[in-house]
Amino acid sequence: MYPADRKYTKDHEWIRVADGQGHVGITGYAQEQLGDVVYVELPAVGRTFAQGEQFGAVESVKAVSDLYCPVSGEVVQVNEALADRPETINGDPHGTWLIVVKLSDPGELDALLDAGGYGAHVA
Amino acid sequence: MTTFGGWEMPVQYSGVGDEHRAVRTAAGLFDVSHMGEIEIAGRDALAAVQRITSNDAARLDVGQAQYSALTTPAGTPVDDLLVYRLAPEHFLLVVNAANTRKGRDWITSALEGAGDAVVVDTSRRYALLALQGPRSREILQALTAVELEALRYYTFATGEVAGVRATISRTGYTGEDGFELFVAPQAAEAVWTALLEAGAPAGLRPAGLGARDSLRLEASMRLHGQDMDETTTLLEAGLGWIVAWDKGEFTGREALAAQRAAGVERRLVGFEMLDPGIARAGYDVYAGDERVGRVTSGTWAPSLGKAIGMAYVPAAAGAVDTGIAVGIRGRRAQARIVRMPFYRRPRS
Repeated sequence: MYPADRKYTKDHEWIRVADGQGHVGITGYAQEQLGDVVYVELPAVGRTFAQGEQFGAVESVKAVSDLYCPVSGEVVQVNEALADRPETINGDPHGTWLIVVKLSDPGELDALLDAGGYGAHVA
Repeated sequence: MTTFGGWEMPVQYSGVGDEHRAVRTAAGLFDVSHMGEIEIAGRDALAAVQRITSNDAARLDVGQAQYSALTTPAGTPVDDLLVYRLAPEHFLLVVNAANTRKGRDWITSALEGAGDAVVVDTSRRYALLALQGPRSREILQALTAVELEALRYYTFATGEVAGVRATISRTGYTGEDGFELFVAPQAAEAVWTALLEAGAPAGLRPAGLGARDSLRLEASMRLHGQDMDETTTLLEAGLGWIVAWDKGEFTGREALAAQRAAGVERRLVGFEMLDPGIARAGYDVYAGDERVGRVTSGTWAPSLGKAIGMAYVPAAAGAVDTGIAVGIRGRRAQARIVRMPFYRRPRS
């Protein structure tokens, strides 16, 4: 259920890293808990965040959920398409990224959960 | 599941948005058995109801219901409620779950020495199912001999639904046509199942608290404990229409009359967000640079495709089209005061 090509936080974000950059999204579990996503608040390109720092929020009809950066780094891309189609997160949470972060310390990835660990966390 | 007024209740079944749309376009079925029932009976029952509530219960014929409020001497609601006239000297008050005990105690002490009027909390005798949406009537009609077309809005009748004795009330909390069914708790599951089966071809879905909240907010129906409470008067809450000025004395009348003469200093307004973001209950509201109040209810409105909310603002800043701002995660998001209700169902 949870792709093995990435790491997970206990706060239900995923990060898929290649060439020092990580695509960040929210998990299927988070999507299910939130229900219909109607708005995603994302940071501007160029902002930097520390690991665990809040970088945005996801709003559904029933609740708002903060987004926490899985790693420290600079935002190099933001998924602008989500402004018009936030519901793509519900349809394909593991295929819909929110931001791309340029990692300042790849060693931080070791502190995150792998797919099996995350699956156990939300079981 | 969530805890609400001491009850374990589902927030959603198939999803808030899905259930919301089902109620607006077909029908939804809610288990609202958490609502409390308080009955007042006796030769002096009408006088008793008149004294403790703001609306005019004398205008009710047997078989009619009205929206009203249980008021404090300050003209603020202890609770809002529906008053049903079951018989000339027998009234049923349907109150909010969280306020059932408080309401019962309030009524009991208010009616001490008030002559022949007995107050009984009958909440455990009723389960309450709400069938709401434009296709409610055809769905329910297949399961009952009661002539539903003749049942006007805010009237009720007794009969059988799926072979179970029920009081069928044409009322609801969604802004759509619909019915609320009072049945014995042990029969509720059978009626629930029969309705879902009969209604499935028409698009009926079970619906939870999440959709109930987004539906009622689109229809601008106040939620006691959020949009009004014992610190806000009925006039401030925009409920002057349930204050029966001419019916005679009732608890809170004097305070309300004084406030009406002086004018309210703040009032509950509806707003829609202009900037992205959803105003949630508790967020700060600004007029210019000044913090003037808090959001009392706020949501994404699935039927309108925008975020809406309600808030108390100074009366001077409360005109329709006035710009306000809502503090959302450290930024000031622009909003605009609009006329309520936000949503009005299309008349067929």
